[in-house]
Amino acid sequence: MNLTHEDVQEILKLLQSAPFDELNIETDRFKLSLRRSGAGWTQAKETTRPAQAAQAVAAAKPEHAAVALEPGTVAIHAPLVGTFYRAPQPGAEPFVTPGSHVEADSVIAIIETMKLMNTVRAGARGTIADIRVENAEFVEHGRVLMTLRLAAP
Amino acid sequence: MIRRILIANRGEIALRVMKTCMRLGIETVLAASEADLDSVPARVADRVICIGPPQPGRSYLNVGAVIAAAEAARVDAIHPGYGFLSENAALGHAARNAGIVFIGASEEQLKSAGDKWRAREIAEQAGLPVVPGGQVESPEDALELIRGIGCPVLVKAVGGGGGRGMKPIEDVSQAEAMIALAISEADAAFGDPRIYIERFVARGRHVEVQLLGDGENIVHLGERDCSIQRRYQKLVEEATAPRLEAKLRSALHDAALAFGKALAYRGLGTVEFLVDTERHEFYFLEMNARIQVEHPVTEMITGLDLVAEQIAVAEGRKLGFAQNDVGFDGHAIEFRINAEDCARNFRPSPGAVTRADFPAGDGIRVDTHIEAGVTVPPFYDSLLAKIIVHGATRDEAIARAKAALAICRIDGIETNLEMHRAILEEPDFHKGGVTTGWFAPFWERRHD
Repeated sequence: MNLTHEDVQEILKLLQSAPFDELNIETDRFKLSLRRSGAGWTQAKETTRPAQAAQAVAAAKPEHAAVALEPGTVAIHAPLVGTFYRAPQPGAEPFVTPGSHVEADSVIAIIETMKLMNTVRAGARGTIADIRVENAEFVEHGRVLMTLRLAAP
Repeated sequence: MIRRILIANRGEIALRVMKTCMRLGIETVLAASEADLDSVPARVADRVICIGPPQPGRSYLNVGAVIAAAEAARVDAIHPGYGFLSENAALGHAARNAGIVFIGASEEQLKSAGDKWRAREIAEQAGLPVVPGGQVESPEDALELIRGIGCPVLVKAVGGGGGRGMKPIEDVSQAEAMIALAISEADAAFGDPRIYIERFVARGRHVEVQLLGDGENIVHLGERDCSIQRRYQKLVEEATAPRLEAKLRSALHDAALAFGKALAYRGLGTVEFLVDTERHEFYFLEMNARIQVEHPVTEMITGLDLVAEQIAVAEGRKLGFAQNDVGFDGHAIEFRINAEDCARNFRPSPGAVTRADFPAGDGIRVDTHIEAGVTVPPFYDSLLAKIIVHGATRDEAIARAKAALAICRIDGIETNLEMHRAILEEPDFHKGGVTTGWFAPFWERRHD
């Protein structure tokens, strides 16, 4: 059983008249830290296996793999983590295909994160050289989505 | 008698439902996606069944997977929470065929509330005022209608709701292109191309009335004001609605009851209204046939456990109280803490939480699934926590909210905590009764 809100409330009641400003409880099942903060209290709860969760987080860190690029070519990176889509909606024409000419502010894809559609822009003027991610593929932050052959200055 | 419930949801609402189940001695089975197997709700549930990959379409929105989990775990009932399949008549139907109780409205009621145009027609028949508008099938239809109503108007998807599938049209010249786009977007998003048009009420408040029915008797549990919104998404909600004339308040309650009675509503539901503050009039918007994110403010002032009431009604019991037994004590305000970077145009901010301090104490409630060490996945909505405060008066609740939000801290990801602290400093908020148009210019002013 987890430590519930009601449990915390009861502990706080006991503490209200107590002379200390901080309480730390640690058992096999949970860690609870209560701290007097001005007139109120803050709580920080943790239940079991924090080490394992932290490992999973570490493993999920984005890999900014070095991408071999031809001279005059730049990579377009994912600005945030999410699902990559090449078209504004299912069945619609893709924003760009290899060979498409783009301006710096041209939309080249969308990435869906937390139910929000975020537009990805080319970032520079040129021609799309290569698309490196499949439609509807999940991408980490910083992943190379496409490469862009820069227009002559 | 319901002894074991499958919770077909995630995040704070999954934990919220479990809390009531624990108190009632009901076993919980969590239907979780692969992304949520390490979540706090998954650790708290008596049992967890993986229903598929992280993408909602392949897990939380998959009726077949949810029913299969319910059958495998031999549960008596399914609680769908909010969002996902909570208003999905197909899940209600499949559950009934499997001999499992769906904790929600009947299939017929879900269909009536889910079809926003049909709901509007039922409201009109029940004598509720509706915003001038009409259903349209083509851009040409729309043009004629818009000329009749006058701009600005809102284009809404019949299959939408909850702020999704809505587009404003400011000028007739934009209308044709916008309507064509709205039809194709509605088709893509909801599998239903039908749209309708309503007059856009610029100075309106969003006030909704909580209903609870057993199919025969129905009561209202007061109203909530949810006018502080950004892009139709609620940020702050309160009960009762501040600065609302007594006459208007009771008219809203009566209108909601009339709508509920027209449906012979069974379960927990919310009737949403747009209150025109200039004309002192109100209009029916839609009905949500499920528990709402903001239900805790109603619980704080009524002392009821709305999940427990949902379960009781789903078991086929009659309401245990009448309208006169429902009392309203003090004032409650909820703040939605989202994983959104309010300093960078509310950009989503999933990732690993390294530290989470939440307020605690008298008159403070925190509904959350977040603690230090958890990861917020990018696949779902950005709600991290709901900080709910209660006070004898609205001023007392606001004072408590300031203290509570001042000590709230979430590290590792960006949040909108700063935005809530800024709202709490605004004289307009202190006065109470702002319209849905208030937030955008307020935030723009701050960032100029």
